[in-house]
Amino acid sequence: MSTLVLDHVSRWYGNVVAANDVTMTIGPGVTGLLGPNGAGKSTLIAMMGGFLAPSAGTVTLDGTAVWRHPEIYRTIGLVPEAEAMYDMVTGWEFVVANARLHRLPDPKGAARAALETVEMMHAKDRDIGTYSKGMKQRIKMATALVHDPSVLLLDEPFNGMDPRQRLHLMDLLRFLGEQGRTVLFSSHILEEVEEIAGTIEVLVAGRHAASGDFRRIRRLMTERPHQYTIHSSDDRRLAAAIIADGSADTVDLTSGNLAVQAPDLGVFVHALPRLARDSGIRLLEVSPADESLESVFAYLVAR
Amino acid sequence: MNPVVMNLTLRGLLGRRRAVLLVLLPLLLLLLAGLVRWASGGDLTNTVLLTNEFALGTLLPLMCLLIGVGVIGTEIDDGSIVYLLSKPVPRRTIIWSKLVVAWGAALLFAVLPLVAAVEISGDEDARLGLAYGVTAALAALAYTTVFVALSVVSRNAVIIGLLYALLWETVLGGYVPGVRNVSVRQWALAAGERTLGDRADLWGVTSDVSFTAALLLLAVTTIGAIVLAVRRLQTLRLTTGD
Repeated sequence: MSTLVLDHVSRWYGNVVAANDVTMTIGPGVTGLLGPNGAGKSTLIAMMGGFLAPSAGTVTLDGTAVWRHPEIYRTIGLVPEAEAMYDMVTGWEFVVANARLHRLPDPKGAARAALETVEMMHAKDRDIGTYSKGMKQRIKMATALVHDPSVLLLDEPFNGMDPRQRLHLMDLLRFLGEQGRTVLFSSHILEEVEEIAGTIEVLVAGRHAASGDFRRIRRLMTERPHQYTIHSSDDRRLAAAIIADGSADTVDLTSGNLAVQAPDLGVFVHALPRLARDSGIRLLEVSPADESLESVFAYLVAR
Repeated sequence: MNPVVMNLTLRGLLGRRRAVLLVLLPLLLLLLAGLVRWASGGDLTNTVLLTNEFALGTLLPLMCLLIGVGVIGTEIDDGSIVYLLSKPVPRRTIIWSKLVVAWGAALLFAVLPLVAAVEISGDEDARLGLAYGVTAALAALAYTTVFVALSVVSRNAVIIGLLYALLWETVLGGYVPGVRNVSVRQWALAAGERTLGDRADLWGVTSDVSFTAALLLLAVTTIGAIVLAVRRLQTLRLTTGD
């Protein structure tokens, strides 16, 4: 059982702040690091894996600083985002080489176990250069698992995977988490994260925006004010009905359409058809505005 | 040194397409040596000219650049070095392992063909071959080490290395006398000059730098490059910003 602790960690590159005063504790089980592209997820994972010095703050693994301590790699397994490996060696040779670099007593046995875990035994004797993207991802997993690490860090592991490979990796991560390992993976897709992560850490623009189990994060994301653009047979009368009903805070007719901001998604979507029917107004178009992931995240940060 | 790192390094160096150059360039030199022999009938002046200008001046630094970048620069560029760095192996050991492979490759692909070329184009009792062998071995040691360090320090190692090898050593060294004092080639030539003894002046195998100073400068450069490479690999940044 291992715990990674980030204590007021910041990282900047010149004038650009990639991580801003992040404090979090990552313990056993599966943790998802969620955030839009450019949020600083890779920077944070690089600092957790000892590949980048924090500009301020500390990253420790069970009390030991990770920066400039290669010994931590006995405990940490790392699945990098970069796809490049040693194309001219076979999957088997590469995983065995990784096992040897860890000075494992039985490198071949360990490589076999790791390749069986990721279901790559059938293709182990092909050159890595001939593998598909999903197969490379699985070999990367095998190299990270070969020394049976108690901490596993994965940078965007689902990128480029087909649905079947995705399900397989999800099962694998869930299984590793249930074994009591500390598994952290990054993703920009909420559905991916909430599927398997017991804990979700949300990172937006380098800041630690929210933390909790998926119910809490889901609630934070749905219980924010929702904006709709509505097109109807009589926008003005509908606006009056909505504001009288109280299911929306703001109605705005200045842009030509009817723009509505509702504090509660559930209440508003149930009220709108009823209000339209009661007033004899025909709804032509109801479209959510501003549903992009970035704006959802931005809302979390603004809170 | 770590045999696994050395094995992966060697396969990385020889397994890529550009490894063909490691064979083609020496072949080109041997071919030229044959032509020189055929045209001049084994005249030593022409051997010295070919070796000084082409073999030592252009080919050797180029080969060492190919090898130095090939053993570590490519891995840093594409990010696959992370598989070596994320292991409980001291970074010092990684650099040493890669250096040993680079030195071995330079000896095999650059120094040996150079000596062979001297013998083909014309020599006297293998005296020139020995002198140029010593010179090339010393130069290869320094060049590969410097280019390995350069690969760790900069992502533009190939460009900087080419500029150094072609502009600094060849062009500037030809016109600006002062530049010759700070040139790996001149330092290594001092050892060749010493090996030849009295014949050095006669045959034109001369260096602008004294023997002792040259050895000292070679040692300082090589050791400095090793220290730099180790230190920079210990703090190598492996992320692009996100």
